[in-house]
Amino acid sequence: MIQLVVIGMIVGSVIALGAIGLTLVYGVVKFANFGHGDLMTSGAYIAFFALFGGGHIGPLSFGYGMILAILVAVIAVAVLAVAIDWLVYRPLRKRKAGLVILAISSLGMAMVVRSLVYIIWGPDQRFYVLGIQRARELPFGIMLKPDQMFIGGTALVVMVFVYLLLYRTRLGKAMRATSDNVELARISGIDTERIISWTWAIGGALAGLSGILLGIQSHLMPEMGFILLLPLFAAAILGGVGSPQGALVGAMIVGISQEVSTEWISPGYKPAVAFMLLFAILLVRPQGLFGAKT
Amino acid sequence: MESLLNPSYIASFLILVGIYAVFSLGLNVHWGYTGIFNFGVAGFFAVGAYTTAILTKEPSTGQYVEYIGGFGLPYVVGLLGAGAACGILALIIGIPTLSLREDYLAIATIGVAETLRRVFINERWLANGTRGMIGIPQPLHGLVDPSDYKYIYLVIVMIILVIVYVAIERGIRSPWGRVLRAIREDEMTAAASGKSVFAFKMQAFVLGAVIMGIGGAMYGHYVKAITPDTFAPFFGTFFIWVMLVVGGSGNSKGAVLGAFVVWGIWTGTDWIINHSPGGLETRIFYIRNLLIGLLIVGVLLVRPKGILGEEKRVSLYVGKESEKESAAPTGPPGAAGSD
Amino acid sequence: MTVLEAEGVVTGYGEVDILHGVSVMVDHGEIVAVIGPNGAGKSTLMKAVFGLLKIKKGKILLNGAEITNLAPQHMVQKGVCYVPQSENVFPSLTIQENLEMGAFIRKDDHKKRLDEVYEMFPALAERPHLRAGKLSGGQRQMLALARALMLDPHLLLLDEPTASLSPLMVGDILAKIRDINRTGVAILIVEQNAREALNLCHRGYVLVMGKNALEGTGESLLQSEDVGRLYLGG
Repeated sequence: MIQLVVIGMIVGSVIALGAIGLTLVYGVVKFANFGHGDLMTSGAYIAFFALFGGGHIGPLSFGYGMILAILVAVIAVAVLAVAIDWLVYRPLRKRKAGLVILAISSLGMAMVVRSLVYIIWGPDQRFYVLGIQRARELPFGIMLKPDQMFIGGTALVVMVFVYLLLYRTRLGKAMRATSDNVELARISGIDTERIISWTWAIGGALAGLSGILLGIQSHLMPEMGFILLLPLFAAAILGGVGSPQGALVGAMIVGISQEVSTEWISPGYKPAVAFMLLFAILLVRPQGLFGAKT
Repeated sequence: MESLLNPSYIASFLILVGIYAVFSLGLNVHWGYTGIFNFGVAGFFAVGAYTTAILTKEPSTGQYVEYIGGFGLPYVVGLLGAGAACGILALIIGIPTLSLREDYLAIATIGVAETLRRVFINERWLANGTRGMIGIPQPLHGLVDPSDYKYIYLVIVMIILVIVYVAIERGIRSPWGRVLRAIREDEMTAAASGKSVFAFKMQAFVLGAVIMGIGGAMYGHYVKAITPDTFAPFFGTFFIWVMLVVGGSGNSKGAVLGAFVVWGIWTGTDWIINHSPGGLETRIFYIRNLLIGLLIVGVLLVRPKGILGEEKRVSLYVGKESEKESAAPTGPPGAAGSD
Repeated sequence: MTVLEAEGVVTGYGEVDILHGVSVMVDHGEIVAVIGPNGAGKSTLMKAVFGLLKIKKGKILLNGAEITNLAPQHMVQKGVCYVPQSENVFPSLTIQENLEMGAFIRKDDHKKRLDEVYEMFPALAERPHLRAGKLSGGQRQMLALARALMLDPHLLLLDEPTASLSPLMVGDILAKIRDINRTGVAILIVEQNAREALNLCHRGYVLVMGKNALEGTGESLLQSEDVGRLYLGG
């Protein structure tokens, strides 16, 4: 059982990075970005593309080439996310399109990104590194692969950086302000379009990283991000849209619940578990755990 | 080289246009007329198809084939049963979700559809799991040569399409329909006029779901074999949304036109695949998906109202007319402005 | 010298016009109040001046230069700050962070200005790391005012600053507004609370149904019979 909880935390940290990016964007642009999962997918595949050289960093399955690939991919997805905003969402915003139109357009862009991945890399599974890693034994009988520890550790470090960004930098505060009240931010003189662009960049970067970690954890498939969309939304909404702490807590709850549920029901139902959690919070406390009542 | 004007090919094309048009009309009742952001169309699609399969098939015989019943009932029962099952499903889903905010409703419907799909995959006893149901019987099959059967089915599809279309048009022009449109425009004002917004939304939700169920049944009987993959989110939900947006939501003619145009684009590119150099073949399937994605984004950017746009309102909303007159005596009287 | 001049402003929401040719003027160092019944278009006028609403006809002049329909971001750069009636603080940010947002576009280090503003609003200085969402209505209004001052504006637009405040807080806010004005900031204030607004202002305008009805000094309007009968109540 503890093993399941720990695995759930690893999965949860991957979901958390994605959900934090999702909730940051959701809070600022105020619509559900159904393309977020596919941003994760694109990150994973761009890293795959940029991965050169083998070797191993210590007990990890990959070498320093992966670190470089991660950097390249994360920046690329950030740029991609901003580009999509400039080309699609910003024109729609200028036209005062409703959040439904924006959401549908995001679904269209999700399809576009996913199709590009299919076209370039094909539908088959890909792996960053071939071969199976052996798990190490930790206290309490927990078995973890070094890669999984890397994932958990990386996610933790990144989340600390996100916290510092949001609470200690001018940009971060402006992001939070815009998320609170975009009109008031504009009234205060803040260039909200610039803040929105930066939010997309950061959200995209987090999504890309999350996708790469997911790829390290299992494998790459063009549907990998889309499959996570429900858990991502569940985590973000559970925590309260716009709240990164909420997304983190929500992601942990979703991740752990999904893994623990396999004790009783088929693993094929994991996204359904995420959905049940989402459903429950929408009925009981729609603003989420950390959200403010509107 | 296969001629595009082959009558058999045209018949197949029109059958699917007709079936997708029914789905599109159902979604139009949800979104176009009532403003219900339903992203779980695939769920109703699946339930409709599976229900008719279970109702109309013969009982399972093989060891490896399991599903409930197999009641061997006639086509009409299958069709109506599919509609009823979806109506009940809509009622169940609707109670907790219809009062949610639009985007949460969308996410909730995605979740429902996805959960349903997994139920169909994991619960083998229900509908044979991933192997799906094959050998769904076709109505009036015995009448003609199998190779000519599609013409009969085409007639059946068109009859059902016309019935659904007329029923919706009647409904929309009625006082009931006007309330729906008022709700879509401005829920708060509609609520203030004393009507129970929730009850109306639920009625529209159930009606649209019943239509989608019928569409699902029509589809099942046409393709004869269904698996959970048939109802993947792309074909089951996204595709139909593209049709409605392209054709013009809020407009029954638009819904039908959208089905024709988008299916036309899809099969047109299919024809290109079959006659293109090999090697590109596998990728072209995804290039089509890419084009469909770009299509909907393009339409939303350039012509969000779709080809036909919303219908001009011939009647005024409940309560809104008198409200406007008292607020601005110098303002222009008459029909409300467009979106 | 005239700081702000609005001439014949016609605007509204969508097809319906709320203002049918309104003109007001604010001189250097003045407090000008705009009062009138509900729906008269007072807030609409303010939004039109600040660029939150598109003006269909008419002009807005700032220090003599035309700035009609200038976007809020640019108004702020020109030294005009606006305090909306409601939702005028960032609830999930602390008091200090709210003020920092007010100073966002300052080119210099805002510390000096922050200290100055804290001096004017000692209650805010006491607990700078308190989340703004936890403040009472009166404290929020103070914070909203303080935020608008972070850019050293020479014209302040206040939309019903005493709305939904207790009588005690109303007095505090108005006193604070007077203090701000004494530092040389011209103020255009829209108010539902007609008596208090006229007491405070140098000059006032009465708007009715989107048109100018009366104008005069604060005192003369207070004493006017028409105004007394219609808007001042008991």
